[in-house]
Amino acid sequence: MARPTKAYIAGVYEHPTRKAVDKTIPQLHAELAAGALKDAGLTKDDVDGFFCDSTAPGLGGISMAEYIGLDLKYTDCSETGGSSYIVHVGHAADAIAAGKCSVALITLAGRPRAEGLTKLGPRTHGEPPEAGFELPYAPAVTNMYAMAAMRHMHEYGTTSEQLAWVKVAASHHAQHNEHAMLRDVVTVDDVVNSPVIADPLHRLDCCVISDGGGALIMVSPEIAKSLGDRSVKVLGQGEAIKHLNAGNVDLTYTGGVVSGPIAFEEANLTPADMDYASIYDSFTITVLITLEDLGFCARGEGGKFVSDGNLISGTGKLPFNTDGGGLCNNHPSNRGSMTKVIEAVRQLRGEAHPAVQVPDCTLALAHGTGGLIGSRMGSATVILGRNDA
Amino acid sequence: MSQPERSYMEPAINMETEAYWEGAKAGKLLLKKCNACGKTHFYPRAICPHCQSGDTTWYEASGKGKIYTYSVMRRTEIPYAIAYITLDEGVTMMSNLVECDFDALAVGQAVEVVFRDTEGDQALPVFRPA
Repeated sequence: MARPTKAYIAGVYEHPTRKAVDKTIPQLHAELAAGALKDAGLTKDDVDGFFCDSTAPGLGGISMAEYIGLDLKYTDCSETGGSSYIVHVGHAADAIAAGKCSVALITLAGRPRAEGLTKLGPRTHGEPPEAGFELPYAPAVTNMYAMAAMRHMHEYGTTSEQLAWVKVAASHHAQHNEHAMLRDVVTVDDVVNSPVIADPLHRLDCCVISDGGGALIMVSPEIAKSLGDRSVKVLGQGEAIKHLNAGNVDLTYTGGVVSGPIAFEEANLTPADMDYASIYDSFTITVLITLEDLGFCARGEGGKFVSDGNLISGTGKLPFNTDGGGLCNNHPSNRGSMTKVIEAVRQLRGEAHPAVQVPDCTLALAHGTGGLIGSRMGSATVILGRNDA
Repeated sequence: MSQPERSYMEPAINMETEAYWEGAKAGKLLLKKCNACGKTHFYPRAICPHCQSGDTTWYEASGKGKIYTYSVMRRTEIPYAIAYITLDEGVTMMSNLVECDFDALAVGQAVEVVFRDTEGDQALPVFRPA
């Protein structure tokens, strides 16, 4: 038996912009908050809990609370990179269950594209201790994921063509999303013939860079009931940090090996129960390794699992990222787990694009990987259920 | 076959790690070992990440190792190879691969340490095929 549902996601909003030259970051946060509240059928004055990451302007959530005009009694600014928002979902569920707040707002906003920031952001909290031993060697985002891909290929025989299938599936979904940055359907040949960025990853193995963001509204079961049947249950959540382990390096798995089982255990469900999965797709390799980590297939079998359209909605066994994901649709502020939760909620509400909607979608997973799978990361997994699940 | 090499930025050095960088200037790759549990760790710290002992000591590594994984960054003015090297002492460290044919690199390949001057006055350990 699953435990009682702690909290629901009642509202979601994905900003339609992909290049925000005419908006400030606080403005984006406020527009996102308004969008998610409208979707939930609530107002700003209902919000008593606020969650954001460390890139929100100001000290923690304080300045954004003031800008948006929130009257709060609970806040949490946990930071795990691009997986932060799934961490926030778990923390908000616990806070709501503990009675610390009853309507929680989670926002993510950024404009790396408008600002021309395509590299890792500045460190604002002091030099991390590993800096001297890494930065002179010029780690970029791409080559740090590429090294995980290279090792996976060495140990398991994973191929570039198998990785390409992840992008192919995402592109099949993105063609239906009017807001997606890349809407052309691509083939395995298109991916492997695109220029190599960092061996073995090609340009089409990499996600887009985009502005904008997303927001979520989470509420108590009582409030969810009053809002009708569009709210989605948070059934289980897990998180983990994985790092280089004092020099005992293994890049063939992520923190998903810990966060996934915790989330499934809390939900009393298994990977086989999932009708849909949103998997953070910073790169094709991220998806392939994450699917192994979460138990959708055995270790080393990710290449086979993703091949031949198995992730394409309507044809494959595990429809994934039906909005086109970070690979084709949107990767706001270089942080991908917010949009992962949003598309999972759309699926469970039956509000995904009809061409990619999973029939009778009852149970879904969203997973985020923050940081770098080539060194250290924060991983988070959430299991969501339709209102009647 | 050698490639043109990019310049190397100055590493961040602090009181925990200055011995490592002094060693590098003298052409030595130093590692930290814990006197309490006997284990080597990387990157070097004052407090052992295995057992939390503060009794850690420097020693010189053989400078020999194998490529754990690597990636050649192609989309940049001067392409370069980033890698993790598993040293014979057992720990794995990030580095660059130099004096090599980028298209002939392989996981498992034997490599040895060499040093490069940085943009400042520091020396940086990198690796070449052994």
